[in-house]
Amino acid sequence: MATGILGKKIGMTSVFRDGNSIPVTVVEAGPCTVVQVKNTDGADNYDALQLGFLPKNEKRLNKPEAGHFAGAGVKPFKVLREFRGMTGHKAGQEVNVNDLFSEGEIIDVRGRSKGRGFAGVMKRHGFHGGKASHGVHEIYRGTGSIGACATPSRVWKGKKMPGRFGNATVSVKNLQIIEIIADRNLVLVKGAVPGAKNSIVELCKRKG
Amino acid sequence: MSDLIIQELERRDLREDIPDFGPGDTIKVHVRIVEAGKERIQLFKGVVIGRKGKAAKATFTVRKISGGIGVERVFPLHSPNIAKIEVDRLGAVRRAKIYYLRDRIGKAARIKERKTAPRRSAKA
Repeated sequence: MATGILGKKIGMTSVFRDGNSIPVTVVEAGPCTVVQVKNTDGADNYDALQLGFLPKNEKRLNKPEAGHFAGAGVKPFKVLREFRGMTGHKAGQEVNVNDLFSEGEIIDVRGRSKGRGFAGVMKRHGFHGGKASHGVHEIYRGTGSIGACATPSRVWKGKKMPGRFGNATVSVKNLQIIEIIADRNLVLVKGAVPGAKNSIVELCKRKG
Repeated sequence: MSDLIIQELERRDLREDIPDFGPGDTIKVHVRIVEAGKERIQLFKGVVIGRKGKAAKATFTVRKISGGIGVERVFPLHSPNIAKIEVDRLGAVRRAKIYYLRDRIGKAARIKERKTAPRRSAKA
């Protein structure tokens, strides 16, 4: 994780640039507020900023949360996320897209992918499945063989099998920022971004 | 809410100088082509065999016979590379996608002319 900002995925569309139609994901990024600062010098022994995003109703807070926000002297937020290695802001300070990114910059985006539930191997691992005809008996989307016989007489670790798919953190690297509409906190990122509409994504500076 | 933002962003790219045309119509598309730093206009004349998509993502397909070979081009409707669209002839067809033209050659590929004014309301 690196320097970045929190955003909400709005959806996809396309824009024209130099005559070409470019697919973009619209992300409403920030404004985020620094809720907590961690220092290498302090008790935490590493640098990080905790950012808050999307205002939360005060009635919805429990006491520990309320205390956390009151301690920082900020309004409550729905989403809190720590950005490790991010420095240069004080608690209570606002972070906007413009402060971090510029148009044309290459960034990394993290988000939580859409949950697909218990999925078979075709959807989950891209297996080809079985034949649809030629006397095949009800294994059209099946896994096939999962290993050999007496040697090793077990299934290898990591064998791709059906199971829970999606709902995991996914990073997509090297996406270009096509446009930043600062007064509305909108960022147009080239290509697709993990997650469903309205899900929370992290826009991060590229490492190194 | 989120869809409203997308609609608004797409509205910026929409062109208002697009004539009313649809499947069966013969049109001339003036395409901007940049070659060796110089810009010129190329004409692509043919029959519209379908329109697809909405708003900024809308496209249309034009088919013509070039040197005995069928050529189809798909244009983004709101592309800045299109200098102008001229409607040459209105065609009377009964469906939205006239892909059956691909299987026809010569006389069979003719389309009856439509005399009436455009029945479609101008789509954004």
